Amino acid sequence: MLAFKRLARQIGGLAVVLAIASLVIFLLIEAAPGDPASIMLGTNASPDTVAALRAELGLDRPLLLRYLSWLGGVFTGDLGNSYTYGVPVAQLIGDRLAVTVPLTAIATLLSIVISLPLGVWAANRPNGPVDTLASLFSQVGIAVPNFWIGLLLILGVALGLGWLTPGGFPGWQAGAWPALEALILPAIALAIPQSAVLTRVTRAAVIEVTNEDFVRTARAKGMSRTRALWRHTVPNALLPVVTMLGLQIPFLISGAVLVENVFTLPGIGTLAYQALSQRDLIVVQNVVLMFTLIVMVVNVIVDALYAVLDPRLRGRT
Amino acid sequence: MTLTLRALAGSISAAALIAAAPLAAHAAGDVSFIQAVEPAGLDPTVGSPVAAGQVTWQNIFEGLVTIDRDGALQPQLATSWEISEDGLTYTFLLREGVTFHNGAVFDSSVAKFSLERILAEQSTNGQKALFTVIEAVEAPDAQTLVLRLSAPSSDLLYWLGFPAAVIVEPGSAETNTSAPVGTGPFKLDEWRQGDRVIMSAYDGYWGEAPALDRVTARFIADPQAQVAALRSGQVDGIAEFGAPELFEQFTKDAGFVTHVGTGEMEIVAGMNTARPPFDDVRVRRALMMAVDRNMLIEAVKSGYGTPIGSHFSPASPFYEDLTGAFPYDPEGAKALLAEAGYGDGFEFTFKVPTRTYAQRSAEILQAYFSQIGVTAEIESSDFPAAWIQDVFKDTNYDMTIIGHAEPLDINIYARHPYYFNYENPAFDATIAEIAGAATPDARAEGYHKAQEIIAQDMPALFLFSEPKLGIWKAGLEGVWENGPVPSNDMTEVHWAE
Repeated sequence: MLAFKRLARQIGGLAVVLAIASLVIFLLIEAAPGDPASIMLGTNASPDTVAALRAELGLDRPLLLRYLSWLGGVFTGDLGNSYTYGVPVAQLIGDRLAVTVPLTAIATLLSIVISLPLGVWAANRPNGPVDTLASLFSQVGIAVPNFWIGLLLILGVALGLGWLTPGGFPGWQAGAWPALEALILPAIALAIPQSAVLTRVTRAAVIEVTNEDFVRTARAKGMSRTRALWRHTVPNALLPVVTMLGLQIPFLISGAVLVENVFTLPGIGTLAYQALSQRDLIVVQNVVLMFTLIVMVVNVIVDALYAVLDPRLRGRT
Repeated sequence: MTLTLRALAGSISAAALIAAAPLAAHAAGDVSFIQAVEPAGLDPTVGSPVAAGQVTWQNIFEGLVTIDRDGALQPQLATSWEISEDGLTYTFLLREGVTFHNGAVFDSSVAKFSLERILAEQSTNGQKALFTVIEAVEAPDAQTLVLRLSAPSSDLLYWLGFPAAVIVEPGSAETNTSAPVGTGPFKLDEWRQGDRVIMSAYDGYWGEAPALDRVTARFIADPQAQVAALRSGQVDGIAEFGAPELFEQFTKDAGFVTHVGTGEMEIVAGMNTARPPFDDVRVRRALMMAVDRNMLIEAVKSGYGTPIGSHFSPASPFYEDLTGAFPYDPEGAKALLAEAGYGDGFEFTFKVPTRTYAQRSAEILQAYFSQIGVTAEIESSDFPAAWIQDVFKDTNYDMTIIGHAEPLDINIYARHPYYFNYENPAFDATIAEIAGAATPDARAEGYHKAQEIIAQDMPALFLFSEPKLGIWKAGLEGVWENGPVPSNDMTEVHWAE
């Protein structure tokens, strides 16, 4: 009952924050210079043609009316039509999510698979060879931007070795493997900086917990080092790791914008980038709002995970 | 269990196919090409025609007349035409037996609809201004179309051959932006937004069937990614490669055929001639004389490109080489500046759109200007959004730099308002003369005169014409080497035996 109440409150809060965010997004995008109609018509159009297109797109309506009709649409599931493509925004976003969701999921999975064992291992033997390797990896991984890693992977792996595709996306209709193949290199490019951060956090958290009294007590009672590590240290060290994983989601999304462009993947990132440069405002508004929603939902999930990971937090509000 | 195994076997064989793809160079009737800019919609008669035309013109859509690979006018859906003595009435005889991809029949009522749609008050055709000289469109019988003009227009036929004037039919006109229906040899199969457009041969085509069964336009903006796609064999070529510094490697590779063609794009550094010191023609000429165009092309385009002295590129049938008018002469430039009262130089803001050629050119120009004591402060302007608003519409700038891609667009200097704020009644009169030219010679003469006037008045620094760098897989034949119209006409493209 308590948990239910808490969930209801969180969803209510979510809606309020989302409404405020929508206003901020709308105003920010409106304030950016550039008229969608003039951009679509190019440099040869006469002013009356621009006016005709503005009317067709509904850009001649007052600001407040446009905001309210957009917001109304969002809550009823009608996100409007893209100015440039002329197709429903919901369909555009849906098509693109079929690329971005698997991409970020694979990247997240990959970063966990790399960083958790590496971080724990490094912390288990501080200043040992694995620790040195891990710290080198995380230094380089944090310093090097993901799009550059992407370019290196294209040059080295795709073109140099001839493994995997250097970019583009055949679509899921081409089959699961061709589609997955196209996502592997971008996912690696996206995962490396992520896992670099996570490795660091995991190592630090494990070392901190290792020095706690309860671990020392367990060891004093005769528990083996490895058993103490897996039974007591790691479960207690997971809390900051999960927090960091949640905090990384916005970075993962912004990273996807760059990596998708490098690999010419038709994902949400390329959609956002292209829509912004063409001032396809309705698409930009919806995509940014969706990003906001994703970040908020992730925060709720992370909150819920705390309770799973730490029994002491259960029942608290 | 069997199902799972079969699925597994399927994906393994699919993987093997993919791995073998670069070796099995291509399917016989299949070509994919790179198009850097994805069109906003696939209807070239709505919005800006350039990118939409590059995908659909001649492939999906056709016009009454057309422009061939040499820039010459050719009949298409109209088989012949007559122009009255006074140049005010055009009578077209239309082709019979033409159908649209949805089965609709082409006749004079369809042609009338298409043209009236361009001219309508609520028209959103980006090139509408070129056609407003048409006063009335009549369809006396099914195969005859008559245009009545308010004034003679020697360029009208030429414009009717362009992507912005392709013929569309009433039933599909509204949905052409996402599902184009034309009379061309290819019909749309699928548009995966952000990725590709797939077209296939149309069985009911009125003319000779194309050699290709399937044509795919892949949208890849980044030159490095374009190179990767070409090298890996994912695509068969690109008509306009934008990174000359990466071009060299393909010229030496037997797996590719390269073309250095001429395009229609002129790179010019426009100046706000309403603002001092750019209101003084001596200052504008001095800045031109400060620049060595050949070195600029070397630095910006790895030497690919042609210096220009006026607003036409060598691809234009009326091109006149005027680069000798104000050649590189820094000492002369300084003297001219001193004469204009700027012996100590001056400072100005150079608003540069975020396009590679523009940014690179601006830096070289900045260095040349500093040689004659002029300080240019470079300010980046987000293109297209901010630039169109700030520079193009509000003319809130000193100097900018941009490529003009429309053929025969020298008349922009006679437009008021236009971002140069250039006013010269003699030039405006010349443009009016061209429109009213009764003979082809008179028209050509007018275009030469117009080029000469602005070469002297220099409302913009005329820098170079963009090369059209084509890279195609060896064995592919029939692509356009030059670009009289921005396009990817695939109708005559085929693989060598």
